[in-house]
Amino acid sequence: MALKDITLGQYFPGSTVLHRLDPRTKLVGTVAYIVALFLAKQLVSYGILLVLLAVLIAVSKVGLKAIVRGMKPVLVIVIITAVLNLFYTSGGGTPLVQFWIFKIYPEGIWAAVFMVLRIFMLITCTFLLTYTTSPIMLTDGLERLLGPLKRIGLPVHELSMMMSIALRFIPTLIEETDKIMSAQKARGADFDTGNLMQKAKALLPLLVPLFISAFRRADELATAMECRCYHGGEGRTRLRQLKLRGMDIAFLAGCLTLCVGIGVLRYLGL
Amino acid sequence: MEAILETHKLTHVYSAGTPFEHAALTDVDFTAYRGEYLGVIGRTGSGKSTLIQHLNGLLKPTSGQVRFEGRDIWESKARTRQTRFQVGLVFQYPEYQLFEETVYQDISFGPRNMGLDEGEVDRRVRQAAAFVGLSEQALEQSPFELSGGQKRRVAIAGVIAMEPSVLVLDEPTAGLDPVGVESILSNIRDYHRAKNATIILVSHSMDQVARTVDRLVVVENGRIPFTGAPREVFAHGAELARMGLGVPAMTRVFHRLRAMGVDIDPSVYTVEQARDAILAKLDRGPHKAGQRLCGEGKKEPADMEFSASLAENGMEHTPSDEGKGAE
Repeated sequence: MALKDITLGQYFPGSTVLHRLDPRTKLVGTVAYIVALFLAKQLVSYGILLVLLAVLIAVSKVGLKAIVRGMKPVLVIVIITAVLNLFYTSGGGTPLVQFWIFKIYPEGIWAAVFMVLRIFMLITCTFLLTYTTSPIMLTDGLERLLGPLKRIGLPVHELSMMMSIALRFIPTLIEETDKIMSAQKARGADFDTGNLMQKAKALLPLLVPLFISAFRRADELATAMECRCYHGGEGRTRLRQLKLRGMDIAFLAGCLTLCVGIGVLRYLGL
Repeated sequence: MEAILETHKLTHVYSAGTPFEHAALTDVDFTAYRGEYLGVIGRTGSGKSTLIQHLNGLLKPTSGQVRFEGRDIWESKARTRQTRFQVGLVFQYPEYQLFEETVYQDISFGPRNMGLDEGEVDRRVRQAAAFVGLSEQALEQSPFELSGGQKRRVAIAGVIAMEPSVLVLDEPTAGLDPVGVESILSNIRDYHRAKNATIILVSHSMDQVARTVDRLVVVENGRIPFTGAPREVFAHGAELARMGLGVPAMTRVFHRLRAMGVDIDPSVYTVEQARDAILAKLDRGPHKAGQRLCGEGKKEPADMEFSASLAENGMEHTPSDEGKGAE
């Protein structure tokens, strides 16, 4: 079943350095990497970022296979982006290839390659975050990071609770979808053939039970939380106290250096 | 007997080529004969659910064959689809698959997919509803207004309405009260008799299958170690216990009786057989004492509770019960 291949938000348990880093450090690191990625303009910068990513993947022991598998769902977007960049970037010189209304310039090829690389690197680095950080740690970290925004009335705790619940239920809902699909197939439902309209209609026997079960689960979860006296974030203590350690400081310093370095390279135009 | 559905060296491997690779079935040769009531029993994770999902082509074998009426069900796409209608599969907790606005429409989903005309669909929906004991007015209700037990009936009717010649049910009585369990089992029996359909009942409850099936298939660790009439299978008491399955409560009681020095045939597995065996032993007329000991045969739920409590309490009460019978 193709559904099982969706790895978004899946955690690979482990005990590597990346796993042990504070979630806040990793969140900040991911943001820093993305900033650096968008600052990068030249081959050198991309090279540095690519090598860095390769090192991080190696350290995390996640395995290239898992990352490649996670890329599948975004492949279509990547291809469309590449094609658009390829044809819509015009350069000063003469086009390399020209047919009908299409012109391909060397600049277009570069733009397409860089854009594809950028998307893949962006996704890979966020994958590294979710592969090495359990959803609970992730939302804990996010809650702490956004903590100051409580002052201006942002319901930080509620948002992070919503996020961790959502992440927690992704695998459950995938499993449920699989089950309902099998049950409807057993009654002769056909999800694969027909035109778009027919396919959309065929999804009804899948979506209705899925929504109902999601609401039922939400209801049950709410009751269970109430039974354990959940009343929001006020005065709530934590099971896991987050603490920044030496390696976190070092990692953060590295992130800062990376951003500054790539920024400098950009302005130097190297 | 003529085989209707069989697997030949069926092997299924989940997540092949990943670290999570796991063989759920290994070289399984399984046969269901036309018109029989077959029980499939095995622990959670034994591979029984994987096995039944192969029977109607929901899962494709990693290797091996599944044959329905002698022909491979994966021969062509049309053949696979046809098999889905011929081998009806009721999943565990089937009530979660309901989706239509009315019970009638939901039950008609299967027959409509078969491409039958309105008149035939209508006939099948009403007949299926009757099999599971749903009233005419329930047909116009929303399935979501019904109770859990009623929803289960609707879901089973949805499969029965396709009039499959093989009906496979995965734990159809899970989570129901004893009365609900009995009535679902008797609905299934009605369908079995009326259509001369092959029934494959999957369960982990020895007591339940022991009372209902003609033949038993035990699944353990992706293989089938035992198959045969319940009496034959229960003879492997020790091995079954090792698999975490155990034998029916009545069989256990009789084994204990024997161990206590009562000269009695231990190969019983239902309350009725136990009653007859005890009466034969005590040399009394079956009727009067039979009523005292376990009530009328028709009140099966009560009987079952009686037998279950008997088994759970161990042997302490049995000698006195036996004494009562002998008064």
